[in-house]
Amino acid sequence: MKIHEYQAKELFRRYGIPIPAGEAAFGVEEAVQAAERIGRFPVVVKAQIHAGGRGKGGGVKLARSAEEVRQAAAAILGMTLVTPQTGPEGRRVGKVLVEEGLDIRKELYLGLVPDRASAQIVLMASEAGGMEIEEVAAADPEKILRVAVNPLLGLQGHHGRRLAYGLGLPPAAVKEFLALVQNLYRLFVETDAALLEINPLVLTAGDRLLALDAKVAFDDNALFRHPELARLRDPEEEHPLEVEASKHRLNYIALSGNIGNMVNGAGLAMATMDLIQQAGARPANFLDVGGGASAEMVEHGFRIILSDPSVKGILINIFGGILRCDTLARGVVEAARKTGIQVPVVVRMEGTNVEEGRRILAESGLNLITAVDLRDAARKVAELVR
Amino acid sequence: MGIFVNCDTRVVVQGITGKEGQFHTRQCVAYGTRVVAGVTPGKGGQEMDGIPVFHTVEEAVRRTGADCSLIFVPPAFAAEAICEAADAGVRLIVAITEGIPVLDMMRVKNYLAGKPVRLIGPNCPGIITPGEAKIGIMPGAIHKPGGPIGVVSRSGTLTYEVVHQLTRVGLGQTTCVGIGGDPVNGTSFVDCLAAFEEDPQTRGVVLVGEIGGQAEETAAAFVRSRMRKPVVGFIAGLTAPPGRRMGHAGAIISGGSGTAKAKIEALREAGIRVCENLGDLGEFCRDVFR
Repeated sequence: MKIHEYQAKELFRRYGIPIPAGEAAFGVEEAVQAAERIGRFPVVVKAQIHAGGRGKGGGVKLARSAEEVRQAAAAILGMTLVTPQTGPEGRRVGKVLVEEGLDIRKELYLGLVPDRASAQIVLMASEAGGMEIEEVAAADPEKILRVAVNPLLGLQGHHGRRLAYGLGLPPAAVKEFLALVQNLYRLFVETDAALLEINPLVLTAGDRLLALDAKVAFDDNALFRHPELARLRDPEEEHPLEVEASKHRLNYIALSGNIGNMVNGAGLAMATMDLIQQAGARPANFLDVGGGASAEMVEHGFRIILSDPSVKGILINIFGGILRCDTLARGVVEAARKTGIQVPVVVRMEGTNVEEGRRILAESGLNLITAVDLRDAARKVAELVR
Repeated sequence: MGIFVNCDTRVVVQGITGKEGQFHTRQCVAYGTRVVAGVTPGKGGQEMDGIPVFHTVEEAVRRTGADCSLIFVPPAFAAEAICEAADAGVRLIVAITEGIPVLDMMRVKNYLAGKPVRLIGPNCPGIITPGEAKIGIMPGAIHKPGGPIGVVSRSGTLTYEVVHQLTRVGLGQTTCVGIGGDPVNGTSFVDCLAAFEEDPQTRGVVLVGEIGGQAEETAAAFVRSRMRKPVVGFIAGLTAPPGRRMGHAGAIISGGSGTAKAKIEALREAGIRVCENLGDLGEFCRDVFR
């Protein structure tokens, strides 16, 4: 789960990680008041959306007076911000962060990520701050310092020192850097973070270190033990159908295609999307109803798929194991009756109780297209979009 | 025969009295698996279908000689359950649980390192040596005993689809291993490939991967340098958008890395025959393994 920069900085503040003075604002006048409380100009007005590259899209503006803050906030709030990470449709901006401007001497990068293969927490640091770390990794991999921490042992003093001296920090800033790394590691572990990134971490003319940006994401699997962090979720940043699906414990991702699909299991769902594409159509979504889907969940799944106006047909692909085919078939029939499905539906079922499932579909009197295997399903999907 | 498990494997089920634990224990027993014990703290001394239940894994192992643990413990307690099984001295742990926090699994993996125990999963369907032992939640009936094909996969139902197609074209399976869809897991593709390469009954392997991480690339490097047996690959997620977690915690393209395209290329460069269309996989395998 991603959070906003202003929320991440509030966490930083609680963990003793230095941040510039600033406040989040949800309206223009609120932004002006925030600037006045900071008490000195220039300030920076930053759009708060869950995507990077905000400066490139005009979502970050420098303001030298209260009037300029008013203009900047008015321009940014409500705008649809398009950045390299939002996709062409962009994101509507509903809040800004107003922050003191800094006298920057150097921009650094500091990040923590779990390394899946080695099961270590990896600290990354670079002198090439302000650039996307993936770009640095591609262009100048030797500019990235990496230190792996065994999570059983935890962060050791030498880990921080290797980064501090590797970055060539001025002696006056080393102590502060080591404390910062320690606090960041503590934040990572205590919040079950999936990503912590400070880009840039700025070294000021006065040799102070400050997190100018803050990117934090949490491990979804661990949110059950952090209810206070789960509350930071911003549904405005998510597709409305995805928010709706999550209420019914359905794993749904909206895509831009024309064939809706409902599958049990994530791997099979991805492979089914691929199959739709290979048949000459495009998947409109990813939807994994899981191993223990009920008839009710199938019905909600249908409703969500059908709320997408670009859906021209639906492919249901179920491999019955725990979820039996007869249960699925009853759910499909029920849902089709209740929602009055107007688009053709191809159903492919295999596995436990498949004969009974097929009989239920056949006797339902509904216009459901049965497919005997995946190849047959692909052929029938291709006919839908011809 | 097969790898990691066979008809002699003695299973203790952690979480045997829960809804899932009970249901799948019965399915495993019906398949012929030797389930010798169950563990639910606080329910020691009870029985589940005549299977003795113990408070701790240590006691279950000591009293019944169980050498493999099958775990159905909820995510909040699953990491501890894995470590308890390792401490009790089982040689194999199969963790079905989905949703274990990544940090918990990172600690578990470091804890297990160097110990004489293998972890399969978590977030996996388990492992089956058809006709001998089913230690997991897969539907047993779709499998065909006797080999000659080994299957290793990061997925659940996608594996069932693959196995079903293999069976339909007459290719039986030696062992099918679901290594799980989490970013940090126990047994890797490489561990399974190495075991299949050594297994005299296995003549070829089907590797089922998906987007996210570098496990398929690592597997490709292993196949290129260390395997003589033919390998067929399938990778799910060609149409998956970047930056989105596709159901499995580990299935995410991040920073342009972990794409299906890159994985397919890596597999092909290692001499692995890649089938891109899932509908064709059974016949594709029949042609390759003929």
